[in-house]
Amino acid sequence: MQKEMLRVENLGVQFDGEQVLKNISFNVDKGEVLVILGPNGAGKTTLLRALLGLIPYAGKVSWKTKNISYLPPQELIQREYLPPLTIEEFFKFKKVSKDKILKIFKEVGLPADLLRRRFGALSTGQFQRMLIAWALVDDPEILLFDEIIYGVDIGGKQTIYSLLHKFWKQRNLTILMVTHDLSVVWEHADNVLCLNKKKICYGEPKKILNTKNLKETYGGGIKFYKHKHG
Amino acid sequence: MAEIQFILALIMGAFIGAAAGYLGSLMVTKRAALMGCSLGHLTIPGITLALIYGFDVSLGALLFLAFGIVLIWLFERRTKLPMEALTAVVFASSVAVAFLYLPEDETKIALLGNISQISLLSTVIIAILSLAVFLASKKIFSDMVLMSVSEDLAKARGVNVGKTNFIYLVCIALTVALGVRIVGGLLTAALVAIPACTSRNLSKNLFQYSYGGMIFGSLACIIGITAFKLTGFDAGLLVIITSAIFFLISLLFVRKS
Repeated sequence: MQKEMLRVENLGVQFDGEQVLKNISFNVDKGEVLVILGPNGAGKTTLLRALLGLIPYAGKVSWKTKNISYLPPQELIQREYLPPLTIEEFFKFKKVSKDKILKIFKEVGLPADLLRRRFGALSTGQFQRMLIAWALVDDPEILLFDEIIYGVDIGGKQTIYSLLHKFWKQRNLTILMVTHDLSVVWEHADNVLCLNKKKICYGEPKKILNTKNLKETYGGGIKFYKHKHG
Repeated sequence: MAEIQFILALIMGAFIGAAAGYLGSLMVTKRAALMGCSLGHLTIPGITLALIYGFDVSLGALLFLAFGIVLIWLFERRTKLPMEALTAVVFASSVAVAFLYLPEDETKIALLGNISQISLLSTVIIAILSLAVFLASKKIFSDMVLMSVSEDLAKARGVNVGKTNFIYLVCIALTVALGVRIVGGLLTAALVAIPACTSRNLSKNLFQYSYGGMIFGSLACIIGITAFKLTGFDAGLLVIITSAIFFLISLLFVRKS
């Protein structure tokens, strides 16, 4: 039997009297990759924020560990108008040794001299790798990623996913990932949760990702093609 | 100005300048440097009362800052208007009321500060309070910077955002109340903002930036007060002009990311 890492029961979130999420229930086992899909405004980011206790919610959220790392959507990470914060100083917020930082930098393919660079001076690709390194440097058991591939081209996207896949395998990580990208579901997800203010579908991608569920999730007009070899 | 008064003024200036410069590096990071200006104006009625009734101007300033902040908070709860708009309402009204009662010969002191009457006791108290502001700012510094990068990231790391912001606001209020003694209600924003901007131009990293702000703040006060002793011009003006000169010189060495 798999060890359960997260159980969510009847989770609901309200903002100013408006129900943003209602009756969301699911669970995540150790080593599982759960992808959360949904259109803009479906409540995906809100769900992650509620799971972390960053906003008030109704219902029950039970984590089996406190060793969780979270990366918010990139558009919510300020890179401009910051003080002269170096990457090394950014990693000091995690209170880990420099050896550990250098080790993880090597693993994500970043040069050590990048530590002296300023936070806002990295390219999008470097910044993404640096964030993944930041999320992993204190050996979390669970990763929560919100739109990790925001603003990255197709090549860069593939590199990021391969990197995450490598760490997931090496460290037996549990990953909850919010994305718009359906390709990641087929390649990497054990389970998928389709959201549009409520749970539309939840389960193994092959079993639940069909035209009906995707239409209900994203609204009318969506067409769904499945490759025979997929 | 007597020699002992001058030495006390230098000590007081060095402490206030250092605390204001260090905290200023956080305020510039949070893009809240002009908040020092609004809060500085809020102190003017308090300074007026202190001058009329002969008690310490920093105490008067602090009382009115607390009163003003509570008033803004109450208005915000009642109206849901933006905090900055309500700050403008409160500080403009308080300045107008203060000038109804402020004796004409005391106006300059309220606006530009006065360091000619400093006791040993007030210097010791100011040094202790400045040190407290520095230590509290140092304690919240990295949390505040992480909050500037991403508030969610900070919260997820266990940072208590509400408590950190409260400590930050108390530090600002204290710094403004102490700063009015040297630069008056008119120029407190400059006391926190200019040293931090100078330091930002010259720094390679966060450490240099925060401590640079502290050094430039302290140095500007020491040089400004010494210039006051030599020239007799208002110390507040000379402190800010010194700070502005540092800033202009730093433009020649700006480090870009």
